[in-house]
Amino acid sequence: MALSSTEIKEIAYLARIAIQDNEVPHFQKELSSILDFVAQLQSIDTDKVEPLSNPLDQTQRLRADEVTETNQRDANQEGAPLVEEGLYLVPKVIE
Amino acid sequence: MYSKTIKAISDDLADKKYSSAELTTELLNKAKQHNETLNGFIRITEEQALSAAKKADENRAKGISTPLTGVPIAHKDLFCTQGIATTSASKMLESFIPPYDATVVTRLSEAGVVSIGKTNMDEFAMGSSNESSHFGPVRNPWDTERVPGGSSGGSAAVVAARLVPAATATDTGGSIRQPAALTGTTGLKPTYGRISRWGMIAFASSLDQAGPIATSAEDCAMLLNAMAGFDDKDSTSVKRPAEDFTASLSSSLKGTTIGLPKQYFPENLDPKVASLVQSAIREYEKMGCKLKEIDLPTTQHAIPAYYIIAPSECSANLARMDGVRFGHRCENPENLDDLFTRSRAEGFGDEVKRRIFTGTYALSAGFYDAYYVKAQKVRRLIKNDFARAFEEVDVIMGPAAPSVAFKLGEKGADPLAMYLEDYFTIAINLAGLPGMSIPAGFSDGLPVGLQIIGNHFDESTLLNFAHQYQSVSDWHTKTPEGFEG
Repeated sequence: MALSSTEIKEIAYLARIAIQDNEVPHFQKELSSILDFVAQLQSIDTDKVEPLSNPLDQTQRLRADEVTETNQRDANQEGAPLVEEGLYLVPKVIE
Repeated sequence: MYSKTIKAISDDLADKKYSSAELTTELLNKAKQHNETLNGFIRITEEQALSAAKKADENRAKGISTPLTGVPIAHKDLFCTQGIATTSASKMLESFIPPYDATVVTRLSEAGVVSIGKTNMDEFAMGSSNESSHFGPVRNPWDTERVPGGSSGGSAAVVAARLVPAATATDTGGSIRQPAALTGTTGLKPTYGRISRWGMIAFASSLDQAGPIATSAEDCAMLLNAMAGFDDKDSTSVKRPAEDFTASLSSSLKGTTIGLPKQYFPENLDPKVASLVQSAIREYEKMGCKLKEIDLPTTQHAIPAYYIIAPSECSANLARMDGVRFGHRCENPENLDDLFTRSRAEGFGDEVKRRIFTGTYALSAGFYDAYYVKAQKVRRLIKNDFARAFEEVDVIMGPAAPSVAFKLGEKGADPLAMYLEDYFTIAINLAGLPGMSIPAGFSDGLPVGLQIIGNHFDESTLLNFAHQYQSVSDWHTKTPEGFEG
């Protein structure tokens, strides 16, 4: 299955990864060959087969709705690229 | 003279033949000496190691000890270590210093182990050769022109070179077993849910599982005793009664049945790999095991199913690397979109991007059912195949990797050629089963691994089989030239 260069750019944007025009052909070729390879699954009969999302068929464990974590904002923000007074700074979003 | 296995080191420390501080100093020196060649460590944490060793010696003197107290190991650089940079071998996390320890790290520290450093790996554990690391490739101590396998290539290489007796590792599609095979080490990927994933930088959450790489099954069992167990912080951690995985290592295998899937001995398998795996299996026959040919008809579907499921989960997991809360941030972002897209473009390497793109496509509107749901249905068929097989056999055996270690750059140009490296290991992750690779001999001086696959939560049986083979063979004791000292 061949992906067009427009499709590659759309995928890259959905993934929020900037892509240069000169990188497009190389990802186009590789992703197309990966999709060709995985396409063989379409020929397998999976009628009446339930999807398996957890290998042990576990369901999500629930816990009581209680506060269990202490506030560790400062420790967690120590590695942030840009913070001020406990807030993460990003470029202006609303003009 | 320091011992090489955890079991022997543990006995030596108990007998006061040497202290953990002396042993740790020796291994730190060796690690620094050889790291220029092997590049197995991203970081050697000398100061922390020496202080942990001193504490272990004090605890032993006070009689507060476990069998692992004072034993030096290394951690794969995707286990978060509080105050010590944890990079997942990515530029994205080059300066990330976690504010907490992974549960695996906590448990091993509580058992008294001494970590001497963080091992190199494929970026975000995506790769089978350790060539996708931002910090450069790891070299195989058996032949430094060759790869050690991946993604836990650093852990496997430093254990093979006897720089540490063991290292932690993770396995999402073969990342413990394939490098163990290519470096002549013993690697165990436990059952999904057996060891906590908390603090392990996630790649594909329904497949990721931590485990040890060591030089013997006995050492793996000792480490598993400390690493395994329920953890409230991991929502897929499984509650099981506590087990001593060293208890049944010596049980007789007489009367047990080994399943040999015909799909694991394909015609195009490297004949030397095939013959070494067959001779290891004959040793089991001599021990009284029965052999039974079995059919795993979905084997060939495992790689395509995996290369939809794993990239899909990776594209979701790696969405958190946004240049805002931690990790790499591009310079002078023009707006929020530019901040996200450029930080991620600069922070991720090619293989990671390829997988994020594949996963993004597979999960996108209109394609979700055809790719992700379809792959999950195939995943159930693969699991059912194994369940049927385990009604008749105790373990399943085959090769761990299709060939011996290949040369650096050999499979660089074609991502699909690299994906096929995991032909024998990937189905086990999809089914959530435990698997091991143990050394089964050498082909032209390069190690070959025998893979043993067990039923869910049957690590004791796996370790029993591995230990019994290591009681009648000495492949696992072989050390590459130049690393004997």
